Amino acid sequence: MKTTNRAVRTPGGLSVRLDVRAFTVVLLLLVAALAASVVLIGTGDFPIPAADVLRTLFGEGNAGQEFIVNELRLPRVLVGLLVGASLGLGGALFQSISRNPLGSPDVLGLGQGATAGALTMIVLFSGSANQVALGALVGGLVTGLAIYVLAWKRGVHGYRLVLVGIGVSAIVTAVNGYLLTKSDIVDAARAVVWMTGSLDGRDWAQVWPLLGLCAVLVPLVLSNARGLRMMEMGDDVSYALGVRVERVRLLLMVAAVLLTASATAAAGPVSFVALTAPQLARRLTRAPGPNLPASLCMGAALLVVADWLSQRAFGAEQLPVGVVTGVLGGAYLLWLLVTERKAGRI
Amino acid sequence: MSKNRRSTVNRLSAENVTLAYDQRVIAEQLSVEIPDNSFTVIVGPNACGKSTLLRALSRMLKPSEGRVVLDGQTIQSMPAKKVARTLGLLPQSSIAPDGITVGDLVGRGRYPHQGILRQWSTEDERVVQESMRQTGVAELADRYVDELSGGQRQRVWIAMALAQQTPLLLLDEPTTFLDIQHQIDVLDLCAELHEEQGRTLVAVLHDLNHAARYATHLIALREGRIIAEGAPKDIVTAGLVEEVFGLRCQVIDDPETGTPLVVPAARKARVGAGTGAGKAAATEAS
Repeated sequence: MKTTNRAVRTPGGLSVRLDVRAFTVVLLLLVAALAASVVLIGTGDFPIPAADVLRTLFGEGNAGQEFIVNELRLPRVLVGLLVGASLGLGGALFQSISRNPLGSPDVLGLGQGATAGALTMIVLFSGSANQVALGALVGGLVTGLAIYVLAWKRGVHGYRLVLVGIGVSAIVTAVNGYLLTKSDIVDAARAVVWMTGSLDGRDWAQVWPLLGLCAVLVPLVLSNARGLRMMEMGDDVSYALGVRVERVRLLLMVAAVLLTASATAAAGPVSFVALTAPQLARRLTRAPGPNLPASLCMGAALLVVADWLSQRAFGAEQLPVGVVTGVLGGAYLLWLLVTERKAGRI
Repeated sequence: MSKNRRSTVNRLSAENVTLAYDQRVIAEQLSVEIPDNSFTVIVGPNACGKSTLLRALSRMLKPSEGRVVLDGQTIQSMPAKKVARTLGLLPQSSIAPDGITVGDLVGRGRYPHQGILRQWSTEDERVVQESMRQTGVAELADRYVDELSGGQRQRVWIAMALAQQTPLLLLDEPTTFLDIQHQIDVLDLCAELHEEQGRTLVAVLHDLNHAARYATHLIALREGRIIAEGAPKDIVTAGLVEEVFGLRCQVIDDPETGTPLVVPAARKARVGAGTGAGKAAATEAS
């Protein structure tokens, strides 16, 4: 990290060179995510070369390829990209607001809250896929609201938010366990698949709501990113600098909860993307601050790559994407804890 | 003393403010004028409300009654960034984000002068360099803030507040946690900012002798009320110190500067008199 900061020396270069690195990282991640998407679209029982995939995407493929690409595989990949981007951005927001890498939605129990909503629909109402998604969305939003209200004490602060989140998460996990024991075997199997997080069978019906939400929330969040940067120095300092701290925080938390809950509704609680994407992005940009665009692109790239791994890396057997992100994310979390401990921070 | 121009309207004042955290009232019906171009220091025993008053003056704490007035307007009703271009604050609690360099941190002081389409002008660059030069941290510009000593770090935070380029600057116990050399260092810097740049400074200080030496205008608070205010030479007496801090002492002339120097009475003298120590304990408990 030392070497890049040499760049922060000269006048004029001060902010520009930092931006160049962050910008390059964002571009590369975007390219990586899109390239992985093309590979992923070409992957399956009926493999299609990347060149054909691209040709088909630009409307010049043959009818068979067009059907496979546009109707079967593209929506799944788009859901993957959008879910990954939402989780990456939501995670970066939460981690920045709580000033703690552990303050991410996975740890705070938003995923569990969404699961509770989904399980309620599956177990108690035998709901359709759309009803399950709606249940997950509502579950996530209610959990987010509960955490915010419980953690509120003259503003929401890091450790308090994390501890309250862990408490809420424990309660909701217990509720989820109860719902599972109440369910019959068919519902239970369906619930477990949902809970692992999967992109199987996702189609255009999942793409549009996610895309619409991202189209509104991403610009809104990014336009408040500068205030969020200031808030990392503490409420007093940022307030003194003219940031309307409570307003920005409430707005960004609502956005983060919406992003996370809707992503979970679309793909199930895909574990650890929200936790790892911002941390990985930060290590690539080497810039202080929430690194929102980089986290967003990192989340998208991670999820698509993990989905490809889940389809290809384990032979004929396909795994739900949540298993792969869980293994990768868990390993990463352990590594993070070990290095943080060496740095004397935990 | 000549700088205490009561005839004109001062830029910053509190009018009959009642200050409270939740239900706990710290001060009632308190009115304070910060004389323009002064180096005002607020002193008083622990829990007398001095930091609370500073928080109110910097619009961190909304008075439950009364108002704080900046340039003739109620401070709470002004746009946040406009206030931040007029009045800066160095709070006690500030967090240097992980992996941030000195230059980057000082640069963040430019926030109120920037917008989404105006993120880093040459003026920003110039002011940041200037602020780092004034505070003597220019050569640390590409160092990480985490690596610095406490004294250096405090200078960096002051540089950030300077980069905000506000005519008024409020400092909440800027010398806490620093050793004596760095305390004097920071106070010298404040005096310099006041004398050479004509900024109005308001600081909360614990050390009465530092306050008496550096302040041009002193405000002595006790239990949320102003006991005395004015030039240190005029108001710092043994009687005042006993009244405000409950401490028996002598006040002599500082051999270096001629400002009042508070010398606490010897323990035996205070214990013998009986009241002094007991009174101090009572003040502490409140």
